[in-house]
Amino acid sequence: MSEYRSDSAALADLAATWKSAYVHVPFCRRRCPYCDFAIVDESNDGSLDHETYVDALVTEVGMESDFGPLDAVNFGGGTPSRLDPKQLRRVIDALTSRFGLKSDVEMSLEVNPEDWTDEFGRGLSEAGFTRVSVGAQSFDSGVLEALGRLHTVEMIDATVQGLRACGIRSVGIDLIFGHPSETGRSWTRTVEQAMEIGVDHISTYSLTVETGTKLSRDIAAGAPAPDDDVQADRYQQFEEISQSHGFVRYEISNHAKPGQVCRYNLATWSHGEYVAFGIAAHDHRWGVRYRNHQRVERYLEAVATGDRPRLGVEYLSEQEQERDRLMLGLRLAAGTPLTPTARRFAASDAGMAMVEAGILEIGAGRMRVVVPMMTDAVIREALSVSAADC
Amino acid sequence: MDQSRIRNFSIIAHIDHGKSTLADRLLERTGTIPERDMREQLLDEMDLERERGITIKANAVRIDYEARNGERYEFNIIDTPGHVDFSYEVSRSLEACEGALLLVDASQGVEAQTLANAHLAIESGLEVIPVVNKIDLQAADPDRVAGELVNILGGTEDDVVHVSAKSGAGIDELFETIVERLPEPEGFPDSPLRALVFDSYYDTYRGVVALVRVVDGALTEGDRIRLMASGQDLDASEVGIRRPAIERTGRLGSGEVGYLITGVKEIDLIRVGDTVTQAGDPATRPLAGYAEPKPMVFSGLFPTDGDDFERLREALDKLRLNDSSLLYQPETSRALGFGFRVGFLGLLHMEIVRERLEREYDLDLVATAPSVEYRANLVEGSQRIVQSPQDLPDPGSVASIEEPYVKAMIITPAEYIGTVMELVQSKRGEMGEMNYLSTERVELHYLMPLAEIVFDFFDMLKSRTRGYASLDYEPAEYRPSDLVRVDILLNAQSVDAFSTIVHKERAYTYGRGMVHKLRELIPRQLFDVPIQAAIGSRIIARETVKAKRKDVTAKCYGGDITRKRKLLERQKEGKKRMKMVGSVEVPQEAFVAALKIAED
Repeated sequence: MSEYRSDSAALADLAATWKSAYVHVPFCRRRCPYCDFAIVDESNDGSLDHETYVDALVTEVGMESDFGPLDAVNFGGGTPSRLDPKQLRRVIDALTSRFGLKSDVEMSLEVNPEDWTDEFGRGLSEAGFTRVSVGAQSFDSGVLEALGRLHTVEMIDATVQGLRACGIRSVGIDLIFGHPSETGRSWTRTVEQAMEIGVDHISTYSLTVETGTKLSRDIAAGAPAPDDDVQADRYQQFEEISQSHGFVRYEISNHAKPGQVCRYNLATWSHGEYVAFGIAAHDHRWGVRYRNHQRVERYLEAVATGDRPRLGVEYLSEQEQERDRLMLGLRLAAGTPLTPTARRFAASDAGMAMVEAGILEIGAGRMRVVVPMMTDAVIREALSVSAADC
Repeated sequence: MDQSRIRNFSIIAHIDHGKSTLADRLLERTGTIPERDMREQLLDEMDLERERGITIKANAVRIDYEARNGERYEFNIIDTPGHVDFSYEVSRSLEACEGALLLVDASQGVEAQTLANAHLAIESGLEVIPVVNKIDLQAADPDRVAGELVNILGGTEDDVVHVSAKSGAGIDELFETIVERLPEPEGFPDSPLRALVFDSYYDTYRGVVALVRVVDGALTEGDRIRLMASGQDLDASEVGIRRPAIERTGRLGSGEVGYLITGVKEIDLIRVGDTVTQAGDPATRPLAGYAEPKPMVFSGLFPTDGDDFERLREALDKLRLNDSSLLYQPETSRALGFGFRVGFLGLLHMEIVRERLEREYDLDLVATAPSVEYRANLVEGSQRIVQSPQDLPDPGSVASIEEPYVKAMIITPAEYIGTVMELVQSKRGEMGEMNYLSTERVELHYLMPLAEIVFDFFDMLKSRTRGYASLDYEPAEYRPSDLVRVDILLNAQSVDAFSTIVHKERAYTYGRGMVHKLRELIPRQLFDVPIQAAIGSRIIARETVKAKRKDVTAKCYGGDITRKRKLLERQKEGKKRMKMVGSVEVPQEAFVAALKIAED
């Protein structure tokens, strides 16, 4: 894999053949004010025993039909580092025995700095994790506080250093930009610090106001809202600094040093197949998208009675799969192959307007969004062109 | 009825001066309406009339009065619209009368409209009885108001009748004054029939009902009649009077007022002002004064939802059944789609029609800024009538543009004279006469462009005189003016709905204002969108909607592609309601909002 550039088309096409597994770990010490994910806020509700949930995950894995061997496994959340390494290990064992693992499998999870201990790190290493993404979010303590995070800048450093010491092959961090409390200078410092501590992968997310969150209520009550133009500026600032340090953007929010692409990420955006476990998890295989119960009780109840904990299903025709591939591929720096649908979009008024506006590029058999911050504008038009096929 | 015992009169009054209450009282006092059937504003049948306290359609009601001399009299009260927009209808209604009551609120005094209508009554040769109403109000100053009336009408203060329509005080004296002072009709009972149509309305079951005043001869059910202006022969299938409910009498003699039904459904066949005669024994000359309705103000009406175009057409067709002055023709706007260019008698007429379309026909409408009828004199020598700014030819081919001027009369408390003069001057008004009605109230005469009145003059006059000034106007003449068309361009494409003809001096203000508003209303696009105001090819204002720089959502958690796709599809659905102006997407709401702001 290291022979590919992170944004190479050949790599993206290869990723489309990978098989992945996603495991959702919903526990959080407390809900962040901007978050609308399916989580269990343990500051409010600590009644759910982690072990019970892990049992259910293991059972659910056992119910899945043949798939694999797996190229990538990812634990997301919530906060996966709320589980102890032994519990994570039980789930990995279940996945291994059910599907098998490729010899070079990517085994990754998200870790919050406030959960870090050296012992936890050793446990991850023993469990076979090859990749860790640290929920750093910012190196500005004011911004960390505004984001309602529980960790300090020092904890981020300790976590990254600790992971290196444990021999985790790929260490990444997540950053959130564009909170109104952030300034252009504080963002530059955050990005520079991320470069200095020496990580292999950075995911950058623009702060988004989701309905129903504390953030959106605060804004409704008069607190300053994130500004699109400012966020576009910050994104550009990041691109400039990170590129000069050898990072390459391979997806809107994801940047990696050579050979450090997150396989699970790339596979998802390349329209690869994945199985998924835990609450609110979504899987995608054979042109079917399932989604699991969002509420823990419903999930546990279903698994306990031997049912798959499904909340819904979507069956996709070949054309609909094609449409999804186009939609996802437009998020990738490598772009999407010029399939018949993509060609029709390219030839449409909307498509040509995008090219003229310098947002979309067509060449070498592919179509790419070259202004990543405008991707949804492109996808919207692409969807309406491809809708005719579905 | 013997003509000597008929009295035909109308009541002239300003809004809120108590005309409808007085009419109600007269009906009640004579027992025309049993007390249990009384309701307020009996003569105003339309909801809108009751709500706004105005009369839009004329009405006529017969009451019988037994005078102190023991004789029975037949009174026909002809209720006329009070507003300047309907002055032609007013003049026809007055033509049907021999007298008028000039009713003035004792706490307010004479208003411009009342005065205009009083002058109209005097010019029509009517005997006018001045009446001061609301004498029981605390703020009443009946002596001052009586003084104003004497100033206008001549005579002495003894001629002024004091009443309270509300309490009924003075009403008996008013009846006697009507009998004594108003002349009897002067028609010739034995001459061929001549009857004036002074209003008409559409009834779903009966078709067109014409309100008529018989001048000479008699109108009898079953007669073959002829309308002298339209040349149409019809059957008088039903003849009667209104009290105000219809009462079939079969005959109307000379001097009498009543209704005529012919079974005709098209209101155009029985126009206000036409003369009814016998087809077999026609009069040689019609009654004087028939005129075609002439729209003064024009506006484009567009349904907000393009699918409602046919419903708008049907609604206009239905309104026209009752309002032959309503003129319209289809108009297409690149920005607003399909609609109609509609001609109105004036601003109130426009407002009423719009409100009725929205309320009675449940339509959601966008109206373009009202405009007047211009005359463009072309370099090559011909003249072009311009009812819509888009019809104005290129500045290069136009030698001059003429616009309609009106004679405006403003009555204002003396303390606001300076304010009013300043305002009128800023609206290109030329001062004429000035008369003191009393020491406190002044009548000012101006010649000014109708376009200025149509734009915002009336609102400004009201707000600067704290509501005390009143305005009336009548068409005067066309005059050449320094006029230009200001176009608004989005990304170099002109938006037809926003083009406006304005005086050169106001062009910059208008252009800057519109450009600024649009910049706030138009969403950001993939590219910078310049918004410009231009006169011909000369740009007079410019702002830019900067290109959108961020349109993306953060990661889809847990691989929820379905949700993400559905969200984007929904957003795309929303965008379908956008109108394309060239390559710029503009939400319909932005056009609507911009036009609304332009009105304010």
